[in-house]
Amino acid sequence: MKIRIFVTLKNGVLDPQGKAIHHSLEGLGFSGINDVRSGRLIEMDVDDNVSDNDIDAMCRKLLANMVIENYHIEKVSEGADT
Amino acid sequence: MKSAVITFPGSNCDRDMAVAIEKTTGKAPARIWHGESQLPGNFDLIAVPGGFSYGDYLRSGAMAARSPIMNAIVKAAEHGTAILGVCNGFQILTESLLLPGALMRNAGIDFVCREVPLIVENTGSSFTKAYQQGEQIIIPVAHHDGNYFADDETLDRLEGDGRVAFRYAEPVNGSARNIAGILNAKGNVLGMMPHPERHIETLQGGTDGVRLFKSLAQSLLEAV
Repeated sequence: MKIRIFVTLKNGVLDPQGKAIHHSLEGLGFSGINDVRSGRLIEMDVDDNVSDNDIDAMCRKLLANMVIENYHIEKVSEGADT
Repeated sequence: MKSAVITFPGSNCDRDMAVAIEKTTGKAPARIWHGESQLPGNFDLIAVPGGFSYGDYLRSGAMAARSPIMNAIVKAAEHGTAILGVCNGFQILTESLLLPGALMRNAGIDFVCREVPLIVENTGSSFTKAYQQGEQIIIPVAHHDGNYFADDETLDRLEGDGRVAFRYAEPVNGSARNIAGILNAKGNVLGMMPHPERHIETLQGGTDGVRLFKSLAQSLLEAV
């Protein structure tokens, strides 16, 4: 089973990297960018019997820092383009 | 004073920390590898040094905070052992929830490496009693992720309880309220981004770090 975990900064947490990317994009001449937030994508391949609870625990215990980050778990269906 | 310095894969200030402890307190610390699941004896001080544990993968300090030795350190902290986390050590202590908040990428995303002025905000802790309240000292920083973040409620609590140990006297990395170092509720865990172990002899450009170690040695002596 393929899983994608998106880790993003919570609302209200400043994102210096997002700001720098924003600035850099504008430096390249792109306009109309209102805001940039950066995050992290973690892809995992796990056995089908790994429970949702376990995946959730993996996020809470290691993959995301719950002080500053949120996470979102997405199961990638078979045959989907990865 | 029985002390120990932990080494993680990627630690690079562990030797400096060991030298600083020995020079300032007269006794060499034990050196402990992170893979140990138990501490070899009881210690008065455990230092979690700076560096780039696990290459800062995932988040600075995240992997090291889940090392086997950290369970033993959390237990020691609960029993009142003094725990000092410097730089990456501070990041490891927040990641292991011994201290609140998180260290984020510096505002401006630059790596900051220079001597900075700090204000000593708390002189009641075993780490800081040899300093004067409100005193300005100079200690070097060298970090990419030193931008302290916590929600307002946590920041207010830290301030209200006198748990801000050191504050930058000028903006350095975007830290909330210019916080450079904080204590846990019991006052036996200190995390700070600046490196006191790098200012212990004049050859290093300053000696303001000495009194942090002297404070510890003195406090722990009194406690016996």
